[in-house]
Amino acid sequence: MTIGQGVHRADGRSKVTGHALYVDDLQPPGCLYGATVRSPHAHAEVLSITRDPDFDWTDITLVTAADIPGRNCVFLMTEDQPALAAERVLHVEEPVALVAAPSRERAALAAKHVVVEYRELTPLFDAGSAEGNDSVIFAPDNVFKRIRIDKGDPSQVSAGRVIEGTYTTGLHEQLYIECQGMLAMPRDDGGLTITGSLQCPYYITKAIGKLLGPDYEAPGRINVVQACTGGGFGGKEEYPSMVAAHAALLALATGKPVKLIYKRDEDLRATTKRHPCAIRIRTRVDDAGHLLSFECDMVVDGGAYNTLTPVVLSRAVIHATGPYRCKHVRIDGRAVATNTPPNGAFRGFGAPQAHFAAERHMDRIARELCMDPVVLRRRNLLVDGDLSATGQEMLDVGAAQVLDAALAAAESEPPALPDLPGGGLGVTRQLRGRGVSLVFHGCGFTGNGEAALKGKVALELVDGQVRILTGSTDIGQGTRTVFPQIVAQELDLSLDQVLVVEPDTAQVPDSGPTVASRTAMVVGGVCQQAAKKLADALALEVGRDAPFAELLAERTSDMPLRVEHVYADDGSLTWDPDTYQGDAYPTYGWNCNVVDLTVDLETGAVLYQRLVTATDIGRALNPVLASGQIEGGALQGLGWATQEEVVLDDARRMRNDRLTNYIIPTSLDAPELHTVLVEIPYEGGPFGAKGLGEIPLDGPAAAVAQAIEQAAGAVLDALPMTPERVLEALP
Amino acid sequence: MKLAFTLNGQPVEAEAPPAARLLDLLRETLGVTGSKEGCGEGECGACSVLIEGRSVCSCLVPAAQAHGADIVTIEGLHGPDGALHPVQQAFLDHGAAQCGICTPGFVVTAAELMDRGGKWTRADIREALAGNLCRCTGYQKIIDAVAEVLDAER
Repeated sequence: MTIGQGVHRADGRSKVTGHALYVDDLQPPGCLYGATVRSPHAHAEVLSITRDPDFDWTDITLVTAADIPGRNCVFLMTEDQPALAAERVLHVEEPVALVAAPSRERAALAAKHVVVEYRELTPLFDAGSAEGNDSVIFAPDNVFKRIRIDKGDPSQVSAGRVIEGTYTTGLHEQLYIECQGMLAMPRDDGGLTITGSLQCPYYITKAIGKLLGPDYEAPGRINVVQACTGGGFGGKEEYPSMVAAHAALLALATGKPVKLIYKRDEDLRATTKRHPCAIRIRTRVDDAGHLLSFECDMVVDGGAYNTLTPVVLSRAVIHATGPYRCKHVRIDGRAVATNTPPNGAFRGFGAPQAHFAAERHMDRIARELCMDPVVLRRRNLLVDGDLSATGQEMLDVGAAQVLDAALAAAESEPPALPDLPGGGLGVTRQLRGRGVSLVFHGCGFTGNGEAALKGKVALELVDGQVRILTGSTDIGQGTRTVFPQIVAQELDLSLDQVLVVEPDTAQVPDSGPTVASRTAMVVGGVCQQAAKKLADALALEVGRDAPFAELLAERTSDMPLRVEHVYADDGSLTWDPDTYQGDAYPTYGWNCNVVDLTVDLETGAVLYQRLVTATDIGRALNPVLASGQIEGGALQGLGWATQEEVVLDDARRMRNDRLTNYIIPTSLDAPELHTVLVEIPYEGGPFGAKGLGEIPLDGPAAAVAQAIEQAAGAVLDALPMTPERVLEALP
Repeated sequence: MKLAFTLNGQPVEAEAPPAARLLDLLRETLGVTGSKEGCGEGECGACSVLIEGRSVCSCLVPAAQAHGADIVTIEGLHGPDGALHPVQQAFLDHGAAQCGICTPGFVVTAAELMDRGGKWTRADIREALAGNLCRCTGYQKIIDAVAEVLDAER
């Protein structure tokens, strides 16, 4: 029995002893170091790129767009983003040239001596006026994606009272502790191996196949290996393709291994962040607080290139109502282009923004109706059989259960705050408050996404061990531990008989990207099905049916026995991507946050005392890993709520590009986290598991806002709720 | 500049440029890569090592200060037989390592707390570890692990 056990991480020993190898720990002989020359302008023509004649270039290689052997694009959903800007830069910090040098210091120095002449153009920064603007960033009208959801007809509802509000959220940085990094090594056979810090190895093979020219387009010419990865949170979903493209171009140009490792300041300024969002909600509610109609207008700022923005918008609009029932819904979402660094994947992927707005709007309704916010939520929350905004019949709904579980766990007194340095000597006025938020999160890809993706896993029986071959990566969340638990459970083996092979695209199949709360639930499910196939294959080989371990002991062949399984749904889900009606996700996770905090009326600072979360994750495959992931996501949510603010200069470059001034929570900022796991099984997931990676970040910020309001009467509808903003909002 | 010091119980000699950082001496010159760089300015603590038993950010320490010193990195904490240090074992048992990039710094810092001895509360531990950043765990399991090792009061 391994499922449900908090077994040690498979990679735990190597991590606690410092032996785990991250990309910057790899030091191949003769390795060169890369550096990136970036635009200082938000919008400009590139007139020329030349070498400073006073600098010694003898040991330096310079690469510009003109040196790209193939197509100048880092392919993702579209082909709009170049690897190196050729004629025009569309955002500050956009890469325009690369250098390679024998040392990091020489590379950094050489990058400063690349002379780029620009002609500045007027930038477009305001997402609100981007659509149809004369300055075209993304053809034809600066709109990456429009989505409209219609259910019923809100215009026909005239009963109840109208309650309206506008909610905004700002940029948010993933802040993985290991910066972006890639190592590109030319292979003896003329191919190229790229090793790095990444979530999605197959994104990279697809992104750079055409970039390197026809020599590298054939299968197997490029292989991508995931090094031990020091956190991702979405930040290592798509941006690593850019870093890999650059490292690869330099490796090709020099014929040598090239390592490209970002420093923290460059990583903060240049890489993707959570999309800023402006959301207007207009509802009609009856006197008892029931939602009669729900209308929502949402503008998402995608930055200068498309990246994954359409999908972020998709998740945002689907979650726009929060976990509540409403018959008449209209949601209008637009993701637009601005001359700012592209925004991209970050844990939650649009849902945290949508939930902050929806939950704050529920608080507004409660305020206007003089109702308890929890009572209001209870009256509206989804139950089994209700229809969501996309018309999906909701099943395995855990909304009420997580609300009950969190409130019950929060009944005990929260721990007292330690005395503050300086003490305050009793004159500091501090008020305590409690806030509650309720969220849901679709697990896996939207609609037909999984069926279209066809994630594949292979299992091999070699030397009495089952080897799992998967493109799903472990970025700290525990893939390398949970997949063996699933397979060992299915085959009734001990855990030491199952292992995950190093993710190398030369060996492992494409299981789909490691994103979207899909790895344990969807790819874990594929592992389970593959294990069943392996059992059948072994029985066939041995010639009789018996427990797997017994047949394994009898097996005499030393040939590997290999099976593959590809994801296939049962056809019960229907989804219309044009009308956004149907089964948006195979199932949903549910989560409630109860935060206790203190607002300092002198400084506006918010001090967290305790955060209780209750999360329905279907089945806790490994409760230690599951609760650990929930706790980490929850603290990212608390950081987003009050501490983490990206400050921009006139070119929309991040000014606070250091850990000294982009403040993530420390162990002192973090409250005690009380984590309750609720298990309402989903029969489509392995042993009932639902996805859980993202949902913990969706709700804390709204709970904090409600608690601040309860404590001090300050109503905040914009994130982050920094001390300055809290002070300003105090009545 | 020629440096001689003790690293993880072994005498070592190394050549380093005058302005070199201890972190680079360890990682680049000596190939001892367990200590990580997260920020390069002493904010994240991923590069923490013990110098004469005190945890310091090796990105802020000039390599020259290693001369004659006793330095222990994450690689030097476990026993010669591979037995884990109590802090390492507690991190494993409590699931306190996720992505693992901050783990060496936390383990080294917590090992110093253990050597200091004395009575600890969870609030004390939170304060003592506030110089190390983690983005995966929310610190809960790290505090749990260290509290167990230090036999802390709740």
